[in-house]
Amino acid sequence: MNNFFQPSMNMSTAAIDLAGVKKSFGDKLVVNELSFTVGRGECFGLLGPNGAGKSTIARMVLGMMSPDAGEIKVLDEPVPARARLARMRIGVVPQFDNLEVEFTVRENLLVFGRYFGMGARKIESIVPSLLEFARLESKAGTRVSELSGGMKRRLTLARALINDPHLLVMDEPTTGLDPHARHLIWERLRLLLARGKTILLTTHFMEEAERLCDRLCVLEDGIKIAEGKPHALIEEHIGCHVIEIYGGNPQELYALIRPYARHLEVSGETLFCYAPDPEQVLVRLRGRAGLRLMQRPPNLEDVFLRLTGREMEK
Amino acid sequence: MGEGYAAAMPANAHNWVAVWLRNFLAWKKVALASILGNLADPMTNLFGLGFGLGIIVGSVDGTSYISFLAAGMVATSAMTAATFETMYAAFARMATMRTWEAILSTQLTLGDIILGELAWAASKAVLAGVAIGVVAAILGYAPWPSILYAIPTIALTGLAFASLAMVVISLAPSYDYFVFYQTLVVTPMVFLCGVVFPLSQMPSSFQHLAGVLPLAHSVELLRPTMLGRPMLDVGIHIGALCIYAVLPFFLSAALFRRRLMR
Repeated sequence: MNNFFQPSMNMSTAAIDLAGVKKSFGDKLVVNELSFTVGRGECFGLLGPNGAGKSTIARMVLGMMSPDAGEIKVLDEPVPARARLARMRIGVVPQFDNLEVEFTVRENLLVFGRYFGMGARKIESIVPSLLEFARLESKAGTRVSELSGGMKRRLTLARALINDPHLLVMDEPTTGLDPHARHLIWERLRLLLARGKTILLTTHFMEEAERLCDRLCVLEDGIKIAEGKPHALIEEHIGCHVIEIYGGNPQELYALIRPYARHLEVSGETLFCYAPDPEQVLVRLRGRAGLRLMQRPPNLEDVFLRLTGREMEK
Repeated sequence: MGEGYAAAMPANAHNWVAVWLRNFLAWKKVALASILGNLADPMTNLFGLGFGLGIIVGSVDGTSYISFLAAGMVATSAMTAATFETMYAAFARMATMRTWEAILSTQLTLGDIILGELAWAASKAVLAGVAIGVVAAILGYAPWPSILYAIPTIALTGLAFASLAMVVISLAPSYDYFVFYQTLVVTPMVFLCGVVFPLSQMPSSFQHLAGVLPLAHSVELLRPTMLGRPMLDVGIHIGALCIYAVLPFFLSAALFRRRLMR
């Protein structure tokens, strides 16, 4: 099953290389023996519930936190030893907005460009293209405190591009946004990938991971529990249709449809039935009172449920 | 571990300027209120103590009490401006506004940020100190050129107190703890360092204590400057202020590294 093409990457072409990385806070092991490689131009996702260690990994990649053990290389620089040099070519979208709320959109970009040693004239010459990218052309003189959540995120994204980075590190870039704003961010990110940027993305949105990531690493409690292309993971771990069944007595239903299911999973009030031939299952459930049925293609949510025995909290 | 501490030190001699410019831009938006705020407190002290006590005291050290007090108030306002800028504004940028976090994701280091914040706090100290000096000069309590000569000392005073406050904020979990530093360290210094009365009036043990306090060295430099008198032990006073500017800088860098980058 797992015969999908894995890009072969050596040290000099990889954008990020983690080997045997460990990190604990006090007694709590947050990242355990983690290794992965992100190729240039790739969108690599770190997918997991809150507390899985995603943000810690992102911070270690940026050199803002030192691993207890293991090796990290980012854009050919050893991190954290030479993280500053790596950060010259990295753009960061943090989990929580840290824009200058009293400054205008343009001032935010000006101030941030100076942190990269850029002169005011150089920054002013690229601001129009950044504003256009972020769809904030009409907001240049607006104070950040007056922007909507989606606009703030797009400004954060534009700000992350000011040093024309090779690599973007994004920690939960669309958390807290409404669906429209989220889709706009996804569309912008796909544009960046088309331009050849590398993206390291942490998310707990399965949909986000599935739409954007070339490959991803599923994390639980700081441990990598799966790695691969989203569709390969779904095919490998699920590989058939899913019927979600709400209501009824799960035990009774379990016995009824067991023969036709490849796998059954109870989570909360929902019975997940993984069936190669969903009609067989549906025939037996139709007409039963109090049941709500939903048939859908499998997704990463199912993979996570399958691997951990629990649903990812949203 | 050595490589870890490199991240807490300034990366080069100019990165800090970007942090200073950021703070300058933020300050420009509230400049008028900020200047009035800087002036109000020391002016109250200068006139309240100067006129009130001045009548009782008459002359001190061969000059009018208010002229004597003016130099002390310049030093004190430099101290308070730098201390408060660091304790409240820099702490907010570090802890609540996430400004430092944003900067740390660029090519600036923690050391660059601290240096930029210290330079900014010292700039505000210069503003506050000069403002009081100008008021004193307008009223004839200090010659105009002496305000110009006092600027280097005011800046160094600001740097020393910003650096000390930087250690305080690197340790303080929240604003609530600043009051200890304020009431136990900053305020007593005003009375121990020859601001409102000459050091020679105090018992010798207090005079020895004053010898290690930064504000005393600042006053010892500023008062002769503003009264047009010869300065004594200039090297010692400048050296002491430099030590207070430099050592806490390294200490705070190490403490911030532990707090923000563990």
